[in-house]
Amino acid sequence: MLDKLLPIDPEVAARIEALDLEFNKFGIDPYGIDKSDLTRFVSAFAWIYRYYFKVDAYGLDNVPSQGRGILVGNHSGGVAIDGAMVMGSMLLDADPPRLPHAMIDEFIHRFPGASQMMSRTGQFTGNPDQAKRLLRAGRLILVFPEGARGTAKLAKDADSLVGFGTGFMRLALETKSPIIPFGFVGGGEALPTIANLKRLGRLLGVPYVPVTKWLVLVPKPTRFQLLYGKPMVFEGTAHDRDEVVCAMVDEVKDRIRDLIRQGRQLRTKTISEEELVL
Amino acid sequence: MKVLVTGVSGKLGRLTALALLQHGYEVVGIDRRAWANAPEAIELFQADIRKRSAEDVFRTHRPDAAIHMATVTHLVHQSPDRMRVNLYGTRAFIHHCHNYGVKQAVFVGRHTFYGASADSPLYHTEDEPPMSAQAFPELADLVAADLYAGSALWRYPEITTCVLRIVYVLGPSKHGTLATFLSGPNVPLVMGFDPLFHFMHEEDAANAIVTALAHKLHGIYNVSGPTPVPLSTIVRAAGRRPIVVPATVFKLGMGRLGLPHLPSGAIDHLKYPIVVDSDTFRRATRYTYQYDERETIDSFRNAP
Repeated sequence: MLDKLLPIDPEVAARIEALDLEFNKFGIDPYGIDKSDLTRFVSAFAWIYRYYFKVDAYGLDNVPSQGRGILVGNHSGGVAIDGAMVMGSMLLDADPPRLPHAMIDEFIHRFPGASQMMSRTGQFTGNPDQAKRLLRAGRLILVFPEGARGTAKLAKDADSLVGFGTGFMRLALETKSPIIPFGFVGGGEALPTIANLKRLGRLLGVPYVPVTKWLVLVPKPTRFQLLYGKPMVFEGTAHDRDEVVCAMVDEVKDRIRDLIRQGRQLRTKTISEEELVL
Repeated sequence: MKVLVTGVSGKLGRLTALALLQHGYEVVGIDRRAWANAPEAIELFQADIRKRSAEDVFRTHRPDAAIHMATVTHLVHQSPDRMRVNLYGTRAFIHHCHNYGVKQAVFVGRHTFYGASADSPLYHTEDEPPMSAQAFPELADLVAADLYAGSALWRYPEITTCVLRIVYVLGPSKHGTLATFLSGPNVPLVMGFDPLFHFMHEEDAANAIVTALAHKLHGIYNVSGPTPVPLSTIVRAAGRRPIVVPATVFKLGMGRLGLPHLPSGAIDHLKYPIVVDSDTFRRATRYTYQYDERETIDSFRNAP
């Protein structure tokens, strides 16, 4: 397997060792996370995270160091670079490190290689049953309520938000999990998309194929701002009426919008880190 | 207590019969196949579950409990007969249980009931619908047999009926779906996919069946042992060489090029996991397995 050729970064290995996961005799956790594969993938990814991109993460302490939680934030930038950067900050910057389980789109698991990598690193197709099970097991999950509509935002709209689903909120209410809102800024600069080819995407089995300013789908080295807000806890049940749940979702959405605004101000250096309200 | 086992000459059937003897049950067995050198304590009848001779065994022996394992499960056997055995056999079993005063019935089913797909959750619970029938028509008869057996729960409420959905079994007998797949020195895998496989030691599976009987379980239960392991890891641990083949080549070359003869629906089972949650079974019976994942694979690998 190719992954066996990837070198191990000792610092990454120590962080994977520190994760709150139980591995069996083959180094596999009950959800199929392979300790050795994870260490190798994250070692390779750490280089991209630290040197190709640069992530200024704020408010890492707002993410619970143990137990369940739902990370909820904005999508942008054609492909889910933001998801990878959130993963990076949780695994490589947070103390203690945590492995979030992203609720990913089903099409990813249809692709050879992607399916294998996602399965061995704990990234599952977004599915309410799967999410509930992980939360009840005290895991951290990562949700982009905008879904593929979020990554499809063109560069000019990168900091805006499109419609949020209510699934994550019902999940939070049912499992009594805190929601940790985050705002991510810079996705539109890394991969400035000018169009999305939906018909070509359908042929390839993906929602769309993004076209960048420089045509090819290679992100440029970019510095990102990633702001984690204070955990939000909501009272209610998963069966509350839509109006009630939508109001809660809007509260989270407003919080994320505010985090994006502050991230943008940090980026343009109109505020300093001390002035942040997370 | 007298227990009748159908399909007793199969590998899991034999192990179950032996485990029953060990636990002090009186065992009567039915099978179309012979069981050479069977223990004398087991009363054997060579008969087809669908035929009158099998019904006579129920009538004359009046068992207190019955375990149905006479289903054709291997995928190579693709004949109309297979479907008849699996469906009419299950119907005959349930009818005989009802007509001859059997108090407890256990149907031994498969976890493949749930099916494998890109969007299915890990850890299926018993209330999930069968998604395998459509993608994998060759398994449809087993799914139907499972559902049919489950219907006995309301059809004949006086019988304590239990449907078990057991994960793949592996062990020194080298029999079963997974063992057959691992039989050669080279094992083909679908490139870029590496599903979790849920399996348990064959003796643990037999003990789980006896445990279900002893606890008089009523309902549908998933049964599993250790946590699942990726297929490529199993292949290597079993001392086999994984040969990675692109999905398209796999589909075209099935039955040729040294690739196994599998129905096309089987490819999904080599791409996506089927993993079950057996908490309900464990809570109801306090069942624990004896062989962990490595010991189970070793027992298969080191068997003569």
